[in-house]
Formats: sequence, C-alpha cells, structure tokens
Amino acid sequence: MSDAMHQTSTPKLATRLLQNRVYRSIVRHGPFDTNRNRSLAVFSNFFLHIHPVKVRLRAIAFTRTFYLGGLSAASYLILVVTGVFLMFYYHPSVPRAYEDMKDLQYAVYMGPFLRNLHRWAAHAMVALVFLHMVRVFFAGAYRPPREFNWVIGVVLFVLTVLLSYTGYLLPWDQLAFWGVTVGTNMADAMPVLGPPTKFLLLGGTAVSENALLRFYVLHCVVLPLFLVVLVSVHIWRIRKDGGIYLGSPGGEGSTPNAQGPTPTAAAAPEAPRP
Amino acid sequence: MNAPPRFALDAGDDARRAPVRLVVIQDEQRPAVDETGEPVVMTMPHLLVRELIALLVFSLGLVVVAIFVDAPLEEIANPLETPNPAKAPWYFLGLQELLHYYPPFISGVLLPAAVILALVVIPYFDINLERRPLAEARRTRVLVRLWTSVAAISALLLGTASHPLWPVLVPLWLVAVLMTVPEIWPRRHGVVGWLGTRSLAFWIFTWFLLATTALTVIGVLFRGPGWAFTLPWRDGIY
Repeated sequence: MSDAMHQTSTPKLATRLLQNRVYRSIVRHGPFDTNRNRSLAVFSNFFLHIHPVKVRLRAIAFTRTFYLGGLSAASYLILVVTGVFLMFYYHPSVPRAYEDMKDLQYAVYMGPFLRNLHRWAAHAMVALVFLHMVRVFFAGAYRPPREFNWVIGVVLFVLTVLLSYTGYLLPWDQLAFWGVTVGTNMADAMPVLGPPTKFLLLGGTAVSENALLRFYVLHCVVLPLFLVVLVSVHIWRIRKDGGIYLGSPGGEGSTPNAQGPTPTAAAAPEAPRP
Repeated sequence: MNAPPRFALDAGDDARRAPVRLVVIQDEQRPAVDETGEPVVMTMPHLLVRELIALLVFSLGLVVVAIFVDAPLEEIANPLETPNPAKAPWYFLGLQELLHYYPPFISGVLLPAAVILALVVIPYFDINLERRPLAEARRTRVLVRLWTSVAAISALLLGTASHPLWPVLVPLWLVAVLMTVPEIWPRRHGVVGWLGTRSLAFWIFTWFLLATTALTVIGVLFRGPGWAFTLPWRDGIY
C-alpha cells in the first residue's frame, strides 16, 4: 500500500467515523480544532464537567499537588473494577471464603493478578489519601472558605481506612482473622459503648461467620456508597471554591494583581527593577 | 439612592481580637480579587492529557507490582492458634504500637478519637493572623509558655505510659526546638524566617505527622514476637 493511498484513506475514515449522525448525536461537538470545541468537550461532558473549561497553568503543575487526590480517585476506580471481578468468585461464608482464595490463586484465570491488583491498590489508596491530606494541610487549603471540605476529607480518610480494614477480613486466613481480632478488641475497650459496638460489628462476641458477612456487606455496599457520595460533594465543593487552592491573593507564590503589586511582582524577572 | 453603609469600620491594633478581612468596594469598581496576568490553558487537552498520563503511569505501576508481588495468603483462620506477633494491617500498626504503652481504651479509642477531632477542628482553630505560632508580644513569655506546655505534655506522657513513649516525645521536642530557634534568633528571610512564620496548627500537625510516622515504622519494622523490639536487618520483618 502506498503512502499516498494511506494518507487519503485515513481522513476519510475519520470523517466517516466522527462526522456521521449517530456519533454526532452522542458527542455533540466537532473535532478539537477550535477553542470552542475544546471548551464544549469539557463543558458538555458529564464526566468532565467537574473541570472548568480553562485552568490556570499553576494549578495543573505536577509539583503543586503531585496529583494525590486524583490518584486516590484512580485507585478507587481500580478497586471498584477489580473488586467487582473478585465478587464473582467469592462467597462470604466459612470455610468457603478461604477456599475461594485458593481457587483464585490456582484455578481462576488471572486470579492471582486480580487479587494482587486489588490488594496493592487498596494499600496505595490508604497511603495516597493520607499523603493528600498532608499535602492539603501544608498548602493551607483547609482555610476559609474550604473549612468544611477539609472536614469531609477527614471523613473520607476514615472511610478509606475502614474500607481497607473491612476488606482485610474477607480472605479468612490467619492474617485476616487476627488482624481484625486485634482491631475489634480495641473497640471493645471503650467503656459502656465498647461491648455493644463490638457485638454490632461482629454479629457476635468473637470474629465468626457473622462477622465475615457483615464486613462483606460493609466492604462491598455500604462504605463504597458513602465514599462515592462524599467524594462527589468533596469535588463539587472544590469546584465551587474556584478549583484547587493556589494560595491567598497576593500571598506567597501568587501572581501580581493588577491593582496592588505584591512582593512577587518585584521578584519576577519581567518586572521593572527598582 | 445612596443608602448609608450598614456596617461600622473599626480599626483595631490587636489582630487577634479583630480578625476582619475587609474589602472596600467603591462605586462602579470591582473588587481586586481576580489575579491578572496569570497563564491560563484550555482544560482540553492540557489538563486532561496530564490526568490521562497520571492515570496510565499509576495503573501501569500497580499492574507491574501486581504481576511480580503476590498478596499474602496464610493458613485458613484458626481461632485456636494465635500467631505471635498478631499484627494488624500496616496503617493500624501505629495504633497497635501505642497499645504497648497504654491500655486499649486510651490507645485504641481515646487517642485516635482525639486525633480525628483535632484534624476536624484544624480549619476552625487556625486563626493566627499575626503569623506567629504563639501570638504574644514578649519573646520571653512566648518561650516560657511554649516550654511549660512541652514539659507538661512530656510529664503527662512519661507519667502515664507504661514505657517511655519516645516515638511521640522526640517529635514533640524536635518541634519545640524548631519553634524556639526563630524566637531567640529572629530572621526575616531564609529557613529561620520561614520557621518563624508558621502557625501553631502547622506545628501541631507536624508533631502528629512525625509521631504517626515513627509509631508506624516501629510497629511495622521493629516489633517481633511478644511485641519485643527487634532489628529488621537481623531478625527480619514480622
């Protein structure tokens, strides 16, 4: 096939694929050759509408956020996908749960990979969410008007740890059983509320099949639902507060203001020297 | 037409008592809130491509780890056979390490609850308009207050814990020293100048971060059977 033929057929194919009525009914903007269409790509897309159409270059620099919040969400996405696949192979009962683990290890196609990916993504998410919190604190992004979003973030961190922890019991091996026993014994130590809390969590007085079922339901349904709702509110509030925090106007690292030059204006290379 | 303003302007000397952020908007003018001259790019493609790259690199990294490192799976759960040591997942090992020093109620309930509560109140507590950790004019009084608090917390921790709580005490002292340096050697710029303008919330958070890290690292690497101190390079990781 000659180059010339290739060159002529590709745009034709693209036109057929991207300009036909059906495609244009799904994606209602044209190709990204104008800023109007680039705007519409973000503006008219349900999944992208969490972003503004334009962003400040400063806000998307990797070293500002290390994308920690976004990567936390990415690990959650990986966890949902791998988690759903794992649910196809898993029964929350004793000893079936452990046997399913062995099946995943030896019988299921790509079973070990699936379980490994879920496990490591879970650990990554706990670490990423914590680092995200640390980053946000040191940036001072919890300050007004974002106070309550910080509080939501703290709740999200607790939810993440609880999600990871409830998942920890599900393989029903020694590691899971004793890890959860240590944890629930801590809850037990609470005066008055401790024993009922432990009973409620475990569906009994010790880690048993009831506990496995409860942790399973919490892990696969209850906690993920709460997390999705709170993450949505979290992101929505960031958007309403003007995107990620870039420091107070005129403060450290901000760009010069038209009406009141800041110390950074004098420091910038293009500014006139005194 | 020109209704009188429904607020009174009050200039106070004490920034702590009058923490007001005021914008005076004159007729036909907009407040100077928007910063200008800021480079702006289209989200599509600039941000979306970055997000895609981040997602792909992260996913690829996890896939590589998942191919080469197997998730642990031990024997089937046996309530009659307690492993020694019985360790919780790594993110709880800081708390489990605290169990070594305090009864379960304090280490497992009271302290975590206090930490979460402290995290929640950070944005409502961080006033500090003067950009000094301990808003107080006289330097000696600042230092006396700081070190009295540090001594009180240290005495409390040393007096109540069953073993000296070094992973929490050493970060506390480190933070106190870092807070002291700009007070006795004030500088406008450089590292010391930067230290001197941190808020009290910054220092408390730093203390929490260092203590949590120390407790977790000790719990993960340096604890063996019977929660005795071990060296990972000699005895391995339990």
